[in-house]
Amino acid sequence: MLLLERRPVDSALMRWTSPVLALVLTVITGFFLFLAMGKDPVEGLRFFFITPISDLIGLAELGLKMAPLLLCAAGLTVCYRAKLWNIGAEGHFLMGALGASVVAVQLVDASGFWVLPLVLVAGVIAGMLWSAIAAGLKTHLNCNEILTTIMLNYIALNLLLFTVHGPLKDPYGFGFPQSVMFAESALLPDLIPGTRLHLGLAFGVLAAVAVWVLFARSFIGFQLNVVGQDQRAAAFAGFGARRLTWFAFLVGGATAGLAGASEVTGPIGQLVPQVSPGYGYTAIIVVFLGRMHALGIIAASALLALTFIGGEMLQIAMNMPKATTGLFQGLLLFYLLTCDAFIHYRLRLKQPVRQSTPVAASAATQEA
Amino acid sequence: MTAALRLKLENIVKEYPGCRANDGIDLTVEAGEIHALLGENGAGKSTLMKVIYGVVQPDAGTMTWNGHPVRVTSPAQAREMGIGMVFQHFSLFETLTVAENIALGLPPEEARNRGELDRRIREVSERYGMALDPRRYVSTLSVGERQRVEIVRCLIQESTLLILDEPTSVLTPQEVADLFATLRQLAKEGCSILFISHKLEEVRALCHNATVLRQGRVSGDCKPAEVSAAEIARLMVGDDTPISTRVAAAEAGDVLLEVRDLSWQSGDPFGTSLKHINLDLHQGEIVGIAGVAGNGQDELLKALSGEIRSARDSLSFGGVGIGALKPDQRRRLGVAIVPEERLGRGAVPGMTLAENALLTASSQRLVERGMIRFGKVREFSREVIRQFGVRCTGEDSTAASLSGGNLQKYIIGREALQNPKLLVASHPTWGVDVGSAVAIHEALVRLRDEGASILLISEDLDELFQLCGRIGAICNGRLSPLAPTADLTIEQLGEWMAGGFDNGEATHAAA
Amino acid sequence: MELLTNVLAATVVAGTPLLLVALGELICERSGVLNLGQEGMMLMGAVAGFVATLTSGSLLVGVVAAILAGIAMSLLFAFMAVTLAANQYAAGLALTIFGTGLSAFVGAGFVGESIDGFTRVAIPLLSDIPVIGRVLFDQDALVYLSLVAFAGVWFFLRHTRGGLLLRAVGEDPDAANANGLKVLTVRYLAVAFGGGMAGLAGAYLSLAYTPLWTENMTAGRGWIALALVVFATWRPERVVLGAYLFGAASILHLVLQGLGWKSSTELLAMLPYVVTILMLILLSWNPARTRLNTPLSLGQPYRPGR
Repeated sequence: MLLLERRPVDSALMRWTSPVLALVLTVITGFFLFLAMGKDPVEGLRFFFITPISDLIGLAELGLKMAPLLLCAAGLTVCYRAKLWNIGAEGHFLMGALGASVVAVQLVDASGFWVLPLVLVAGVIAGMLWSAIAAGLKTHLNCNEILTTIMLNYIALNLLLFTVHGPLKDPYGFGFPQSVMFAESALLPDLIPGTRLHLGLAFGVLAAVAVWVLFARSFIGFQLNVVGQDQRAAAFAGFGARRLTWFAFLVGGATAGLAGASEVTGPIGQLVPQVSPGYGYTAIIVVFLGRMHALGIIAASALLALTFIGGEMLQIAMNMPKATTGLFQGLLLFYLLTCDAFIHYRLRLKQPVRQSTPVAASAATQEA
Repeated sequence: MTAALRLKLENIVKEYPGCRANDGIDLTVEAGEIHALLGENGAGKSTLMKVIYGVVQPDAGTMTWNGHPVRVTSPAQAREMGIGMVFQHFSLFETLTVAENIALGLPPEEARNRGELDRRIREVSERYGMALDPRRYVSTLSVGERQRVEIVRCLIQESTLLILDEPTSVLTPQEVADLFATLRQLAKEGCSILFISHKLEEVRALCHNATVLRQGRVSGDCKPAEVSAAEIARLMVGDDTPISTRVAAAEAGDVLLEVRDLSWQSGDPFGTSLKHINLDLHQGEIVGIAGVAGNGQDELLKALSGEIRSARDSLSFGGVGIGALKPDQRRRLGVAIVPEERLGRGAVPGMTLAENALLTASSQRLVERGMIRFGKVREFSREVIRQFGVRCTGEDSTAASLSGGNLQKYIIGREALQNPKLLVASHPTWGVDVGSAVAIHEALVRLRDEGASILLISEDLDELFQLCGRIGAICNGRLSPLAPTADLTIEQLGEWMAGGFDNGEATHAAA
Repeated sequence: MELLTNVLAATVVAGTPLLLVALGELICERSGVLNLGQEGMMLMGAVAGFVATLTSGSLLVGVVAAILAGIAMSLLFAFMAVTLAANQYAAGLALTIFGTGLSAFVGAGFVGESIDGFTRVAIPLLSDIPVIGRVLFDQDALVYLSLVAFAGVWFFLRHTRGGLLLRAVGEDPDAANANGLKVLTVRYLAVAFGGGMAGLAGAYLSLAYTPLWTENMTAGRGWIALALVVFATWRPERVVLGAYLFGAASILHLVLQGLGWKSSTELLAMLPYVVTILMLILLSWNPARTRLNTPLSLGQPYRPGR
């Protein structure tokens, strides 16, 4: 019989092998999934993982999807390090998109360098306001942040739907629920000409670097770590939990809000109901997969961005359901958590009898 | 093998990753015998007891029960055989009633008839002088009463061997006397008792025989009544460890800390509220607070550290009202705190010693403009390790990897190196090896001699009498008068621990 | 009167899936395990129930399939959270994300199909009682089942040894282990029960409430149920009350529209979520009350043997 046994010291090696192992297991599961569906597994995996990024356009698309994931994940990292289970990146993202759109629609005839920053800042502020609700509910009314942020996500989605069906609806849009196209001055510049890749990715990378500095060098990052690892030690040291909660939530709201603003001012150029294919939720997987570390989340956001494009590719090329994306993401997180158990535990065979004297060993086998 | 031999253990070995907790232990207990199992923390007592009770399985060795070889694979089996256990941290469920708690340990058919069970609980508890109401919720019981529930549970299960793990550490001296009377009565009726302790005088007063453990091995057997406490202590700690510190008396200076009518209402239904606490603390003295666990010690410590805040002037520190200040603000004024829980409060288990230095010492110029100066942090940490003889592989060891004693030395050193004016230490030597305990005591005395005020909260009366200039007791959130140690008898202190003193105003007058 | 009766009857219908899933989660949390995967398990139950009914033509087969799907999902969670002692929050989130993806994947070919769902069956005599008869005793079979489940859970917690074991394990697994109780077994069973109930709740949505399958058709009900259990302070009788209250909130827009109120459907669709937050706020006015009833070990992984 296999025995699960606590390691004396957590395995640092396993901490970083676990995501790779999870990916391998996901690919293997995918292989059998394709087989079961009567599709060519090698072909399927190639379409999912390789074809999308085999040219510059593809890579640019990858960067395009990476940007919102990375931004959201950077903010969530700050929250999760402090064990604040903010599930609200999706809501912050939607509100960021909405806030930016409200301003952009007002400035549809404006031009000038100031338009874009103003629109982006509106998105950031909207995201922060939305996360501030959850922060206040947590610090002043003791409400569980998981439940409040989830509820706020649904509320944000309905609010966005309301505005695109109502106040922000393009009067000349043939009845489609969407806003007018934004002015050129409100759009993010492209990073690589000829592709859709825009400045959003640079924001994402900057956010990741900021997260790195925060946790590797700053005292407030240290305090967040202490709150996350040991609340009683944090209280003993006098690291104000309320202050840190507000900090983490506001950072989370700001980055996700910026992600939302970058999405409407980037590839879309207007507010539409489907502004997010679930970036805020996928970012949760990014954070776990990226080990809450700046470099890790950059790599993980690339991988998860690939699942979005890969899913679309499979839909087009092999007539697979679009939901393949969600399935792969779910599998990945699932395997990751399973593999993570072996950071703290190791497997050992049966009854541990070691180094005992011959007398003791024979005595141990004696039964009542 | 005689019929009277109830339990015999031979060559018990139990290994955990990184430590051999039991290394070939032999032990025999006869019917009607009260047998002491002695040893320092970490000597292997708890592990051995878990082996007997079936909580863990030994890697090797045999157990013989009433003449038959047995292998105990679960507590349920142990209970069926007649082995009962009273845990140090009780295994009771607070949200259930006494009867429900006892029912959980009984076979379903016996537990079904609640009326009959209530009757049996009343009968057994009265017979042994431990009155209990089966319908009460455990959360409403005192610590002493909870212990009775555990003992009564064992008796209802008709245990013929009762294992008690440090049963007196949570009791007042009077309650200890009552417990001993019950245990003697039980032994007279043929019940065997395995009494686990590190309090030598109690063992000498109660037990027929003793087995002493050191580092997982039996270091000696004796009849405790016939040998001196010092001889037993030698068996426990070995030859090369100093057993105690000599403390010279000190002259107290000016008043440093004044606590005036400090009250705090606990929001936790299971917590303790502080009621009208008054206390003066002088420079250069050690004041001790005795008390049974859970009587407000932790709340008092938090009120002093700033984790609980009160009215500004309820605490006056060198003439400044600090009641409303946060922990880090008080620390900057020279207040240092050593909490009871080393791991999980005094230090973050998964962080390195250097990082743990940052926890309370950030104001020692370890942080500049919001950025951590890692060089300084490591330097500070190395200094603590050097000056206080912390045994570890360096400042990069995690807090969790240190033994209790070494981590405690590190925590005390971390506070001492910041030159505090006031040090509040809660149970600083609880669960610490004797060598470290001596080092910790010496550190406290050294701080006192340098002019600091020290408030020592402890359950260990020996420690208090040894170190303190004045001693009081806390009971149910109220503080007794403080008396000079020389004028205080242990009986008087025991009465205070049980709540036998006047109200808060009188306390102040007496102090 | 007619309107009131209709509204109340619709409230019960809307509250039933919440009641089912919340009862399951209540048992699960009472054992000390917080399973945030309700949404994922419900979705799997909904899709399994729908597909099984569609292919077999039997609602009973559909219900059984939904329950089994819920249990299977919950066992995955139990393996991570109980056996591997993983972080329960993360494992629950993983279950929801996985369940959302898997259900959409499995159900992709069945969107737009339709079945004959559960219909109302009036209970003779009882359904003739004014108002209450129509509200409680002229409903579909799953509504009756939810009431039976409530009675069962209530009785189990209060009057059985199993209930005592469950509460003991949830309060203090270490003490429970020291008392010789099988902590991991109890937790596995509690998680599996929660999974089965979530599956059943999902089936209610796809077989009775709106007999069809759409992606994400639970619309956050699993999360609302989690809030509901907190709101009910882990007491089954309060769960019933809360479930119907939330049910009322979620049909409020229909009522308002029926009364001639003109408002945006999107804004009204926010109501259940806003109500959930308000409930959480209301509850936290008295933290001591929550503290007294919270299973003390909730959310903490347990590994025996050390």
